[in-house]
Amino acid sequence: MSEIWQGFIKAIELIVSLDPEVVEIAGRSLAVSVTSTLLASVICIPLASLIHFHNFHGKRILINIIQTFFSIPTVAVGLFVFVLFSRAGPLGGFGIIFTPTVMVIGQILLITPILLGLTISALSGVDKAVVDTALSLGASNFQAIGVVLREARHAVVAAVTMGFGRAISEVGVALMVGGNIRGFTRVITTAISLETSKGELELAMALGIILLCIALIVNIALNRIQQR
Amino acid sequence: MSLIKVVGLHQRYGEREVLENISAEVDRGEVLALIGPTGAGKTTLLRLIDLLETPTSGKIYFDGVDVTEYGKVRLEARRRMAFVLQKPAVFNASIYDNIAYGLRWRGKKRGDIKEKVNNILEIVGLSSDKSRNARTLSGGEVQRVAIARAIAIEPEVLLLDEPTANLDPISISEIEELISRVMLEYDTTIIMATHDMAQGQRLAKRIGVLIDGKILQTGEPREVFNSPQNREIAEFVGVENIINGVIISNDEGVAAIDIGGNVIQAISDYTIGEEVCACVRPEDITLTLSKVQSSARNSFVGKITRLVSIGSITRIEIDCGFQLIALVTKKSAEELNLERSRQVYATFKATGVHVIRRVN
Repeated sequence: MSEIWQGFIKAIELIVSLDPEVVEIAGRSLAVSVTSTLLASVICIPLASLIHFHNFHGKRILINIIQTFFSIPTVAVGLFVFVLFSRAGPLGGFGIIFTPTVMVIGQILLITPILLGLTISALSGVDKAVVDTALSLGASNFQAIGVVLREARHAVVAAVTMGFGRAISEVGVALMVGGNIRGFTRVITTAISLETSKGELELAMALGIILLCIALIVNIALNRIQQR
Repeated sequence: MSLIKVVGLHQRYGEREVLENISAEVDRGEVLALIGPTGAGKTTLLRLIDLLETPTSGKIYFDGVDVTEYGKVRLEARRRMAFVLQKPAVFNASIYDNIAYGLRWRGKKRGDIKEKVNNILEIVGLSSDKSRNARTLSGGEVQRVAIARAIAIEPEVLLLDEPTANLDPISISEIEELISRVMLEYDTTIIMATHDMAQGQRLAKRIGVLIDGKILQTGEPREVFNSPQNREIAEFVGVENIINGVIISNDEGVAAIDIGGNVIQAISDYTIGEEVCACVRPEDITLTLSKVQSSARNSFVGKITRLVSIGSITRIEIDCGFQLIALVTKKSAEELNLERSRQVYATFKATGVHVIRRVN
């Protein structure tokens, strides 16, 4: 019990003193996960609209598959990306294994199903009459989709929040394709894992608390967007 | 040239044929009411005209251009129309924004939009609520916003689907007044669907009767109301007395119809032996306690079997050997002291009988 308390004290100390290494690690965590969430959103929100507004054979099955991938283990995605981008892999020529770039790619793959699936269900929650009403007032197809996204904005932002949460909290991808290289690819989760195995429980716990604080700040920011 | 023209429209949803071979034309500035019972296909026809759906077969022309198939012309044509759906969605935004949407989609300038929207808010009486979220509005207010949104874009064609369904009487008259104002001020072509025959009569200059996916009759409201072309239409437009019979004589346009023992005289050109229905509107029947001398050729004695008061009107069922239904004012029902099993004379003119040929 005292370890948790000490960890808490340590966390406050590290945050207040703006410990350079902690700031750097936290900054990288935030940068990698925000980038992957933004990129995934840019890909997934239009793609989800495309799936939602088109009727095609196997749509139901596709959505089921997407939902199944909500629970894909992070290490499985890590392994897949590792195999793809390792020196001998099919995309090894890019030479980006063990860089933040490949971590972003891995996290995009990891959270794509969540963003797609939750955005589709957000759009399904919008009254069907909204599309007809928009079209009947002279909206083009794109403008009508825009209206539906606007109507679903709360649920879409919630989907993005979920995606970000999974990205910043995962350790499998960051460890396997990032490699936890100090000062280069080390992020909060990989640092926690390392410090714990070294027996530095206080530091590990402090990092955990910082991770939660970041999540809190991001959520508050997203909520602000939601309420507009 | 007519503004909207549809030719041989069919619409099928799976096995169900919703519209069958609809052809119609609507001229610029015309006000057409599509009347018919629920499920007759009115909404589907409006959706096809507004280009929200494509027909299974047939052609749709807007201002002379074929807009049946997908393409840029459809969006252009749709932007010259506005459609108020039966259950309009309000966007989760302020009343002002709800009305401004259509103008923004058309790329209008911000200043113009503001002026236009404020003007429309004034017309529909929602100025003081303009920043309220439209989701918090009552049914009648939603309908007003929906119509405001539609007229804000100054459409050449305004399509209205049951504009007053599910509204209370006060809201209904407000909405009807609003529609009348639009008709007068903007000279908009209006096509409205309604199951309310009386509303069609109040607002439209021409009526199309749509029953079971087919347009059965079009004409001026009076014409459809007084001379329905078949039994289905007669029932729908409120002719309560539809009596089967056979023509037994025709003397220069005055036909005698044998209705099984009794004879009704009517103005008709049908010849002897023709199987017909005699239609008598219940408000055209006068009731008296004793036989009166009058020019009316039809007078039957019978016993009252049922009286029902509806507001200031009393509906009376009489057994004259055949059933007749008459409407009298509540006041005259009281003056005549009408009650069950009382004997009365039911009288109506030969010109008050509309004769329809029976088709088997």
